[in-house]
Amino acid sequence: MPAGELKMTMPTNQNTGAPASGGAAGGSVVLSAKGLTKEFKGFVAVKDVDLSVREGSIHALIGPNGAGKTTCFNLLTKFLQPTRGVITYRGQDITGLAPAEISRLGVVRSFQISAVFPSLSVLENVRIALQRPGQLATQFWKPETALSVLNDRAAALIRSVGLDAFINHTAGELPYGRKRALELAATLALEPDVMLLDEPMAGMAHEDIGHIADLIRQAAQGRTVIMVEHNLHVVEDLCDAVTVLQRGEILAEGDYQTVSQDPRVREAYMGSEHD
Amino acid sequence: MATKAASPNVADVTAGHKTSPRTIALMIIGLALILVAPFLIYPVFVMKVLCFALFAAAFNLLLGYVGLLSFGHAAFFGGAAYITAYAIKAWGYPPELAILLGTAFAALMGLVFGYVAIKRQGIYFAMITMALAQMFFFFCLQAPFTGGEDGIQGVPRGKLFGFIDLSNSLNMYYFVAAVFVIGFLFIWRVVHSPFGSILKAIRENEQRAISLGYRVSRYKLGAFVISASLAGLAGSVKAIVFQLASLTDVGFQMSGEVVLMTLLGGIGTLMGPVVGAVLVVSLENYLATSSLPVPVVIGSIFVVCVLLFRRGIVGEFNAWMDRKRG
Ligand SMILES: Nc1ncnc2c1ncn2[C@@H]1O[C@H](COP(=O)(O)OP(=O)(O)OP(=O)(O)O)[C@@H](O)[C@H]1O
Ligand SMILES: [Mg+2]
Repeated sequence: MPAGELKMTMPTNQNTGAPASGGAAGGSVVLSAKGLTKEFKGFVAVKDVDLSVREGSIHALIGPNGAGKTTCFNLLTKFLQPTRGVITYRGQDITGLAPAEISRLGVVRSFQISAVFPSLSVLENVRIALQRPGQLATQFWKPETALSVLNDRAAALIRSVGLDAFINHTAGELPYGRKRALELAATLALEPDVMLLDEPMAGMAHEDIGHIADLIRQAAQGRTVIMVEHNLHVVEDLCDAVTVLQRGEILAEGDYQTVSQDPRVREAYMGSEHD
Repeated sequence: MATKAASPNVADVTAGHKTSPRTIALMIIGLALILVAPFLIYPVFVMKVLCFALFAAAFNLLLGYVGLLSFGHAAFFGGAAYITAYAIKAWGYPPELAILLGTAFAALMGLVFGYVAIKRQGIYFAMITMALAQMFFFFCLQAPFTGGEDGIQGVPRGKLFGFIDLSNSLNMYYFVAAVFVIGFLFIWRVVHSPFGSILKAIRENEQRAISLGYRVSRYKLGAFVISASLAGLAGSVKAIVFQLASLTDVGFQMSGEVVLMTLLGGIGTLMGPVVGAVLVVSLENYLATSSLPVPVVIGSIFVVCVLLFRRGIVGEFNAWMDRKRG
């Protein structure tokens, strides 16, 4: 993502009160990291990160380009092996698990670049996600029509993200914003406990941002969401907790108000983004 | 967000996935050709084509639908041929049992090879399968029961299910044809099954498949074992048709030949490997009686094919049909 995209307008006069879905402060810690570190051939992309994500919260991970946000996601979901550190999910040490196992526990991620199965239809994309929890993934002797038992559930998920008019479209041909919505539908199909969304609104038109924000708010009912987001209005509007990363390290942490008034955070953003 | 647009009925959704009339027509034509072929062409030649077509189709299941290039498939083809030939000749097994044994052996070998190789990517996967197949080749060269350079010759064809005499060439032919058709339909079913849809998803976006919780290595291994078993089935039947299992069947050239057939016909198309097998086997038969050096001609065709028709014959044909339809 080009650095210029980070339109940083730190609101100074906060009078809007508590963030949208409150009550998160009381939740217990669902996912946590201790001393999380990732080195790439000497370059430290993530350094000694301690993270505690509370049950039911929407937790934002923000920071300038290259701060290590995506790397953090990759570590938390084990798509990358941490150099050091421990990851805990609901009290269980998951540092040694394979990424598919993390997903099966209920910690499901999306990708910064939208991840759909491009030659499959919208319906099939969602069905792929639905196939796994059922026994419909390994049956090599059955016809494909055996999957039609999943159609109703898939259609409901597709409707919930506003893609019903596109149900038969090939996923690869959808516009970007709709691909993201599809990805969300497929992720929701797994009924995850914790969802990690990497820049779900990047590259979207203004009107789509509101739509996806609504979707995320809706999806966050009864689950925990961790999201990387550059649009701070969205963060302010949506998130209960914010962790700011800079050069792989945590710069600040807390609710949006606290973080946005932190002079170091302001400097970090203003320093590189002032225009 | 315009959500008012008429939402299509979910029931029609699967309709898009019905087998196309073109495919059905092709299959019927193919079946008719197989049925009449022994009256038009020398049956042993057609049987050879059918064995190799099944072998190539099995290989294509892995390359075309999982994206794994194995350079060691001869081990399954030839290994099963040895087992079948030996079971018949030394233990007096009936053909159906010997074929079953050969296929099971190939499946087991596929499990071992696959287990070792499956986590590697691209060229490393190809190298490991090749190395394992070469090890197996040398084992076959040394092991006493394979008959060394001579192979296992003069394998009696026997009686299928105790009453169908396979030494009758038409009986033999229709048995081979039946095995081919069943094997081919089985592959078709695997490709268009719930399992097949996951294979497709893995090929399109492996990271996303993992993030949805799929243990992708297991799916790949599953496909590898299915592919190896069917390659073994082809090898077993071939051993009975030619009454011979030899080092040629497990050799490096055999592994290369199946790659060539698949490339030539069209990777990832159902009919491609069949077309490729027909071409390569015909060409070899023709060249065997001419003075042209076989490897040079085959090699040149390979180069031309890779340079000019990257999608293979069937692949190019399909693309042309799609273009024509617009
Ligand atoms: N596989 C890798 N090998 C080497 N360096 C890497 C690798 N992945 C990431 N990095 C480096 O680590 C740093 C952090 O990258 P990361 O993608 O986590 O940043 P980010 O915060 O997600 O940035 P953006 O906002 O641009 O998405 C960058 O400097 C990047 O170049
Ligand atoms: Mg990133």
